[in-house]
Amino acid sequence: MRNSLRTQKIAFFFLLLATLLIVVPVGLIILIIIQKGWPALSWQFLSDIPRQGMRAGGIFPAIVGTVYLVSGAIIFALPIGLAAAIYLSEYAQDNFLTRLIKLSIVNLAGVPSVVYGLFGLALFVVFCKFGASILSGSLTLGIMILPLIITASREALGSVPDTFREVSLSLGASRWQTIRHIVLPNAVPGILTGTILGLGRAAGETAPILFTVAAFYLPQLPHSIFDQAMALPYHLYVISTQVPNVDEKIRYGTALVLLVIVLAMNLVAIIIRYRLRQRKKW
Amino acid sequence: MRKLKEFIIEKLILLCGLASILFVALIFLFLLKEGLALFKTILPKDFLFGHKWYPISEPALFGILPLILGSFLVTAGAAVISVPIGVACAVYIAEVAPAKLKEILKAGIELLAAIPSVVLGFIGMVTLVPWVKTLFHLPTGLTALSGSIMLAFMAMPTIVSIAEDALYSVPKTYKEGALALGATHWQAIWRVMLPAAGSGILAAVMLGIGRVIGETMAVMMITGNSAVMPASILEPVRTLTATVAAEMGEAVVGSEHYFALFAVGIVLFVISFFINVTADLSLHRKK
Repeated sequence: MRNSLRTQKIAFFFLLLATLLIVVPVGLIILIIIQKGWPALSWQFLSDIPRQGMRAGGIFPAIVGTVYLVSGAIIFALPIGLAAAIYLSEYAQDNFLTRLIKLSIVNLAGVPSVVYGLFGLALFVVFCKFGASILSGSLTLGIMILPLIITASREALGSVPDTFREVSLSLGASRWQTIRHIVLPNAVPGILTGTILGLGRAAGETAPILFTVAAFYLPQLPHSIFDQAMALPYHLYVISTQVPNVDEKIRYGTALVLLVIVLAMNLVAIIIRYRLRQRKKW
Repeated sequence: MRKLKEFIIEKLILLCGLASILFVALIFLFLLKEGLALFKTILPKDFLFGHKWYPISEPALFGILPLILGSFLVTAGAAVISVPIGVACAVYIAEVAPAKLKEILKAGIELLAAIPSVVLGFIGMVTLVPWVKTLFHLPTGLTALSGSIMLAFMAMPTIVSIAEDALYSVPKTYKEGALALGATHWQAIWRVMLPAAGSGILAAVMLGIGRVIGETMAVMMITGNSAVMPASILEPVRTLTATVAAEMGEAVVGSEHYFALFAVGIVLFVISFFINVTADLSLHRKK
């Protein structure tokens, strides 16, 4: 017995070690980026265009481009994703079609991001003749975050108790009225969480926008959805690998801005989820 | 009137429900449409097993074997590192950690999942790459090994969260039975919980590997991008994903090179399709 207790101690020590091997580097990475990126942050860095071949100046066009792309992606993906979730949660029967839809969602979630880029290039840029534009990039990102939004919304809809639906239906409301007035309002926080996580994902992805929208360098802001745009993640890639002799401060500063945007969205999502758990009445 | 409105709404909802099937089909069709054009001029055998990837020389050679091996090498390295550590971490979080610590650890893992891959690639370039270079006395730190380490790290959130779910879904009575028979907590985990969660853990590992094969930006930034047959894990390699990402910008639409990159896309799509379907099956068999 003493022997097996000693084995347990050793085993648990290694389990802890493995956990620390993952969590400690995460903390270190974030600390390093904050520590080295902080000195670069200034109003000028956030509001100026890149200058001197991106070795000086700011990152304003990249921030604006990312905001446009992410907004476009969500405008496209949220209605479709939400409706798909409503279908799966409220209408779908347990049959072959439903199984096929679920399998498609799993597959969409697993398609490599660079393959989304190829797909966006072939369909939106070349076939639909949108060219490399905010429209093409937004649609590509929108399809990429679709599975995330469907899964989160479906979970939110599914967590509304069935008794809510039964009461509404027994009062003579139709199926759609029940969904619209009873199920959806109760699922809003969960849907919001999924949407915000989708936003964060879209803001950080690089590969899908490489050939569909991203511009190496643009001194002016985009005027319409058919213009190319700079984007933060692509800008970070460019200044860290394609342009030599960029001041390290600018690289870290760009990484910090991107990280803050993405983590802020995740934080908001976590807070909503936390408050939801506290407030839940059923 | 109301009935008609509801009828339309319900049909629209059904249509959106079918959208995911449509998109998967569209992705595959457009990859095929552009990718298969390559095989008018090049034999599939020469494409898959050719040793030379010289897309812009005259005549151009489109053998993707070095790229497949590059992807394989980096992925295998990442799996060797991430599977034991990831599963151990999942066991620690699910079984050993006290409740408060558990929440912190889970938040940390979620944080890792949220960091964009281009940021991790950048951090890998400035920290991991020089470190690998000095440790192994190499001419460059941009190697398959650096890629493997970084990708192992990036696969962790997937592996940990799915393996953790698998452990939670093992019926409590299994563990209680083992403990009642006098097993220690660790014996119950090792002999009872882990085998019972086997198919879920297998799915976790597969989805983690799927994530690694598909990862693009970080791997492009730190593996050195040399499209030659890899000889060792301490040399630069180039993966399938990095090839597409790095070269599509320069390929002329409609050229052989353009078609070849789409053909690489087909290979990637098929690999990820198989991984996801198998993982999904093994997750569902559990129930």
